[in-house]
Amino acid sequence: MLLWCNCFMIFVDLYFIFLLCFCSYMVSKMSSKMVGSNNLAHARRMVQQLRVEASIERIKVSKASADLMRYCGENAKYDPLLTGIPASENPFKDKKPCIIL
Amino acid sequence: MCDQTFLAITFGPCDNCSQNKPLMNIYLKNEPINYCSLCVELMACQGLAKGETTNTLKAESESLKAKLEEERAKLHDVELHQVAEKIDALGQFVMKTRRTLKGHGNKVLCMDWCRDKRRIVSSSQDGKVIVWDAYTTNKEHAVTMPCTWVMACAYAPSGCAVACGGLDNKCSVYPLSLDKNENLAAKKKSVAMHTNYLSSCSFTNSDMQILTSSGDGTCALWDVESGQLLQSFHGHSADVLSLDLAPSETGNTFVSGGCDKKANVWDMRSGQNVQSFETHESDINNVKYYPSGDAFATGSDDATCRLYDLRADREVAIYSKDSIIFGASSVDFSLSGRLLFAGYNDYTINVWDVLKGTRVAILFGHENRVSTVRVSPDGTAFCSGSWDNTLRVSAYLRSSGESELRNILYNTV
Repeated sequence: MLLWCNCFMIFVDLYFIFLLCFCSYMVSKMSSKMVGSNNLAHARRMVQQLRVEASIERIKVSKASADLMRYCGENAKYDPLLTGIPASENPFKDKKPCIIL
Repeated sequence: MCDQTFLAITFGPCDNCSQNKPLMNIYLKNEPINYCSLCVELMACQGLAKGETTNTLKAESESLKAKLEEERAKLHDVELHQVAEKIDALGQFVMKTRRTLKGHGNKVLCMDWCRDKRRIVSSSQDGKVIVWDAYTTNKEHAVTMPCTWVMACAYAPSGCAVACGGLDNKCSVYPLSLDKNENLAAKKKSVAMHTNYLSSCSFTNSDMQILTSSGDGTCALWDVESGQLLQSFHGHSADVLSLDLAPSETGNTFVSGGCDKKANVWDMRSGQNVQSFETHESDINNVKYYPSGDAFATGSDDATCRLYDLRADREVAIYSKDSIIFGASSVDFSLSGRLLFAGYNDYTINVWDVLKGTRVAILFGHENRVSTVRVSPDGTAFCSGSWDNTLRVSAYLRSSGESELRNILYNTV
C-alpha cells in the first residue's frame, strides 16, 4: 500500500516536471517568433529615425563655440556664483551670534 | 532592465482595419499614423514582400549611421577649449557651506528649488518629502510617501504644489497649504502611471502639465488636473534616468538621458526624437540644459561630464580627470553658464570651467556620495543633497579681508 503511494507521488512529480518543460518550450517558441517580426519593425523604425536625424541642419563647431562664449561673457556680470556677492547683501550669510560687550 | 512593452496609449478605430482596438502611434515619413498592433505586424510583413529584408534594412541603417558621422565630422573644425583660450581664466573660488539642512532620516535622493529662490523640496530613501526654507533652515512641510526610494521631486512654478515619485511607479502631486496642521497626504493626486520606477519629474512652464521619466524606458507628458497622458516618448532601450526641459519660455523640447548611454532630444508636441547623442561609455545619470538652451551637459557613471551642442549636433567638451574615477551623479550650470557644478560618488563636488574644460574648485564636506546638485533660480547659491542624510547650501561670498576673518571665526560648519 505504501509502495503504491510512493509510486504515485513519483508519477505526479514527473508529470509536473514534464508540464513545466513543455510550457517553457512553448513560451520560448512564441517569443522567438515575435522577436523575428519585432526585429523587422525595429529595424524599420531605426532607419526612419536615422533618416530624420541625418536631415537636420548643422552649424560649425567654431560658430557654436563662439555663441556659447558670447553668452557666458554677456551674463557673467549677473552671475553671483562667478563674481561673488558682498557678504552684507547675501541672504545666505552666516548668522552671527550677538556679542554683548 | 526595462520592459519592452509598447504602451498602448490611445484606443479607437484603426486607420487600416477600422476596428476599435488599442492603437500604436508610429511615424512613417514624418506622418503620424494610428494602426492597431495587428496591422503594424501585417505592414512589417508586407515590407518583406517588397524585397526589404532585415538584412537590407540593417545595411541601410549602417550606411545612414556612417553618413551621419561623416556629416558631423565635416563641421568639427575646432575644439571649444581652443576657441576659449583667449578669454581670461577664472580666479580662486572660495565657496563655503552656508547652511546645512538636517532632518532626513535616510539618504537624500533628489531636491528642487522653488522659484521664490528660498524654498527647497527634498526627497529621501525613507519615503519622506520635506519642504525647507533655505534662509532659516526651518522645515515648512513634511509628507510621508507610501513607498521608499522617492527618487524624483519637483516644485511647481507657482510654488503651490510639489510632485514626487519613486518605487511606487507613480508621480503624485501634493498641493501645499499655508495651514501647517493640514494633512497633506489627504490631498494627494496621482498623476502619472508607469510600469517601472519613476526616475525624474519636472513641471513644464505651468502647474498644469508634468513631464516624467521612468525605469521602463519611456518619458511621458501628463495633464495634472485629469491625470491623462498627453504624449509619450519612446526611443530609449533602457531605463531613462533623468530629463530636463529647455529653458526658453516658448520652448517645447526636452532632453533625456538613460542607461543605454544615449542622450535624446525630443519635441514635446509630436513625441518625435529629434537628436540623439551616444558618446558616453556608461549610464548617463543626469542631464541639464545650458542656460541659453543651445547646449546641454551630462554626468555619467564613466566619471566624465560632457557638453553637447544642439546646433552643431555633437559633443563639444569633456570634463574629466585621471584622478576622478567615481561616477558623476548630478550636474548643474551656474546662471551665466560659465561654471558647471558636478556632484560625484566620491563625496565631492567638482566645479568645472565650461569653456576651458578645466576644474576650478573641489568642494568637500559631504560624508557620503552626492546624489543631487541644483543651483538656485537667481544663481546666488547652490544646494547639494547627499547620501549622508543632509543638504548643504553653499555660496560664494566676497568680503573684505577683515570681515572674512570674522566669518571664519564664527562659521559653524
